[in-house]
Amino acid sequence: MKPALVLGALACLYPLAMQAMDQQFYISFGARVLIYAMAAASLNLVLGYGGMVSFGHAAFFGAGAYVVGILAAEGVRSAWIAWPAAVAVAALGALVIGALSLRTRGVYFIMITLAFAQMMYYIFVSLKDYGGDDGLSLPGRSTGFGIDLRGDLAWYYLVLALLAGVLYLLQRLVRSRFGRVIVAIRENETRAAAIGYPVYRYKLLCFVVSGGIAGLAGALIANQSVYVSPSLLHWIQSGTLMIMVILGGVGRFWGGPLGAVLLLTLEETLSGSQMLGAYSLHWQLPVGLILLAVVLFAPQGIAGLLSRRRGA
Amino acid sequence: MNRLIVLIAAAAFACSAPAAERLKIGFLSTLSGPAAGLGVEIRDGFELALKLAGGSLGGLPTEVVFADDQLNPEVGKQLTERLIRRDRVNLMTGIVFSNVMLAVWPSIEQSKMFYVAPNSTPTNISGKGCSPYFFSASWPNEAHHEAAGHFATSKGYKNAYLIAPNYPAGKDSLTGFKRGYKGKIVAEVYTKLNQLDYSAELAQIRAANPDTLYAFLPGGMGINFIKQFVASGMSRDIQLVVPGFVSDQDVVRAVGEPMLGLFDTSHWAYDLDNEANRKFVAAFEKEHKRIPSLFAEQGYTAALVIDAAVRAAKGKVEDVKAFRQALMSAPARVKTPRGDWKVAHNGTPIQDYYVRVLAKDNQGRIVNKKIGTVLNDHVDFWAKECAMK
Amino acid sequence: MPWILFLEQLLNGLQFGLMLFLLAAGLTLVFGIMDMINLAHGSLYMIGAYLMASFSQATGSFWAALPLALAATALVGAMLELTVLRRLYERDHLAQVLATFAIILIANEAVRLIWGSQPIMLNGPAALSGPVELPGGVHYASYRLMIIGVGAAVAVLLYFLVTRTRAGMLVRAGASNREMALAMGVDIKRLFTVVFAVGAALAALAGAMLGPILAVQVGMGENILILAFVVIVIGGIGSIRGAFVGALLVGLVDTMGRALLPMAFALVFRPQVASNLGPSVSSILIYVLMAAVLFLRPQGLFPARG
Repeated sequence: MKPALVLGALACLYPLAMQAMDQQFYISFGARVLIYAMAAASLNLVLGYGGMVSFGHAAFFGAGAYVVGILAAEGVRSAWIAWPAAVAVAALGALVIGALSLRTRGVYFIMITLAFAQMMYYIFVSLKDYGGDDGLSLPGRSTGFGIDLRGDLAWYYLVLALLAGVLYLLQRLVRSRFGRVIVAIRENETRAAAIGYPVYRYKLLCFVVSGGIAGLAGALIANQSVYVSPSLLHWIQSGTLMIMVILGGVGRFWGGPLGAVLLLTLEETLSGSQMLGAYSLHWQLPVGLILLAVVLFAPQGIAGLLSRRRGA
Repeated sequence: MNRLIVLIAAAAFACSAPAAERLKIGFLSTLSGPAAGLGVEIRDGFELALKLAGGSLGGLPTEVVFADDQLNPEVGKQLTERLIRRDRVNLMTGIVFSNVMLAVWPSIEQSKMFYVAPNSTPTNISGKGCSPYFFSASWPNEAHHEAAGHFATSKGYKNAYLIAPNYPAGKDSLTGFKRGYKGKIVAEVYTKLNQLDYSAELAQIRAANPDTLYAFLPGGMGINFIKQFVASGMSRDIQLVVPGFVSDQDVVRAVGEPMLGLFDTSHWAYDLDNEANRKFVAAFEKEHKRIPSLFAEQGYTAALVIDAAVRAAKGKVEDVKAFRQALMSAPARVKTPRGDWKVAHNGTPIQDYYVRVLAKDNQGRIVNKKIGTVLNDHVDFWAKECAMK
Repeated sequence: MPWILFLEQLLNGLQFGLMLFLLAAGLTLVFGIMDMINLAHGSLYMIGAYLMASFSQATGSFWAALPLALAATALVGAMLELTVLRRLYERDHLAQVLATFAIILIANEAVRLIWGSQPIMLNGPAALSGPVELPGGVHYASYRLMIIGVGAAVAVLLYFLVTRTRAGMLVRAGASNREMALAMGVDIKRLFTVVFAVGAALAALAGAMLGPILAVQVGMGENILILAFVVIVIGGIGSIRGAFVGALLVGLVDTMGRALLPMAFALVFRPQVASNLGPSVSSILIYVLMAAVLFLRPQGLFPARG
């Protein structure tokens, strides 16, 4: 409970501080971080709590983004239509992909989720009417809230509110019976099945919920950049989301959000640093080293380190 | 923790906000990947002009912030946001590829920022979507290809096979060629952008056996295509015609002798006879120990144009009307390596286009020699769709 | 005329498939014996190509540079195994995926720092820069023919090594049942390092061979890595024979698809649409193939595990 209050307060004050320092760019950056926090949290549900190593999570993220993009291109810009549609499409995709993939396990599950994600990627690349490889620019942000979402502060607080809502729902979910069964399945699937739980159905439901939330995050990222491109669905994007979850702490509630904050802040400070060369990509080296170190020496991620220090 | 880190970062960057007496230019270009050669050439040309001007353009000390879009529109979009909103540049330039250009253009236009194109000038932006904020110091996207089409017709090639990458400039290129070419089009093939292995396409070309092959494949794509084309033996039977982007120095350095005898079209040639060009070529060869390509000339000219425009507007880049007028009149006030040129009302150059051939100069180096003029004072075909005055 | 096209595409598919085999062979052995997902295998392919380019420029000879590049990459592979990868054998697949993903990032950056971010020139031997006339009047690039030759020769060599030598027997034993092999006294640690180094050399060979055709650039490993994984899943994890069949299958489907589908679509759609759908559909085709194999025969076509 307490970490939620502290983090929430910080998140509310952050954009005001940036405004005061005349650094409006960082308000927009903050919104981007919050969106990825949502995406990472959704992955954490299926990966951390559910134990399902899905390498295709970006497919749901990107699909949600494209739903908003395509609807906007066709003239439908209301958030009340586009965003639920994004969630629905992503959840449906998760249902189909999950239903097929969850029949396999281990490395085959990883490979098949990867395969499906790549298939979706190539499908969107082939949609030349919606930009294909070059991506699609949106006419503007979604409408329907009565306020102009182009404003940095308004957008940031809207995203924050949505993230808070999603995290609250997730909190309820993992603490409920459903959540405990999912964890039990992760720990020992055979035992859970022996006790009588319909394992496949639980896993599938977890997968679908996770996919739907990723779809919402996708709808938000489409609005954030006012642009969508197939690279949102690429397996490298899935890998990036996984890195966030691992850095933050897989299976720990705040793992997703913490990891997103850490990775994106790292990228921003390192890649903008002139000493590393003009906006170069050299930030990948420290990120790679940190990730390797975390995997080898601190598998519980940042959240794990923090809770260990508190003696929890 | 998050807040602390970002506060520190923000403070660090706040210190770098530009003072009013400086000019800060955002240079977004493709500086890595197979097509990096083009971005590097443009950058080198631009920096040379800046250096020769003593580090100031338009009388203001100039800082250039370089950003690498990696030929990825998504990355380009994010970098543009940073350049405009965090670094607060005064104007932007540098983009090589049209897919990046089209992805970032809405951000630039909506921020009321001027963009001087040293390369990509898509037909969407020069035609119906024209804007006072866009100025091209290079050429309209279709021009070289139209010139090549005229040239191919004049050489009497009865049929042509066309190949280009599947992205906005690729489509523009074949549209332009078809406008200038009066013969029969055997096939129109679009490859994946940055594709490197052309075995499939070459097999189809061999099967079709055309008189001439027109290929728009800039950068690393061209290098690979030409190498593979020659390796397959087809270069003996099929005449390859290309726009200047595919056969200039970056490709020559990679492919070499097999390219001799290749025809291409360009708005500039290494041996153009004017004072500004001689100065440019000599300075470039001295600085970089290599022969400049047309990309380098474009970067150099873009800098010259910016210099003249900022000077005429007395540094007031934010004054839209004044700076626009200054840009439009800049080419008349400065001597550029390509000679004299005018500006159409949509902000694109009205200039001549030449045919060049790859041959050895008197030092034995492989260069693009001008052998004739195909189009005189050519105006962008899409200018008529631009509603601006 | 079309049958010449068909023949040429068949050869192209063969060439691509054999190169995929070189990558997949190392990957499947590592996966089969050490039960480790190694995403960094593509980075070894990239390092091999870069080293080849440097050695080629330094020695001025393609053939002199080749063994140097292979040896150097094998060394890099062995070092990687001894320092980092060794710690991952006991960990779960997620940890392996993430750690090797981290290695991809580090390797990409290291290469960028050493060689710069622009692609580097790698040319084939001058003698092979022209075409060769095959029976039937087909002119085919001689360099590509050489690739087919080398790929086939390595395949035969590997087959011989794995089935006819003592070392190969240990490899097969390890792939089939690791615990039993350990119990039987096989020096697993040394076997792992050797297998990894050999895999690295094979990846380097693929990189060196393909370098003159494709560009030697940062990130070249990622795209081909996914295909290699698809190959070993189709072929069966741990099986060289499976990797061979899988690689040829994927290589042919990809190449023939990329070539024939746009032509088929061009009969129905506009050129831009056809050029777009063709490669996309053929790319999707490979994943559909993999998904189908996973359902019908989840262990792959030639499973190594008994």
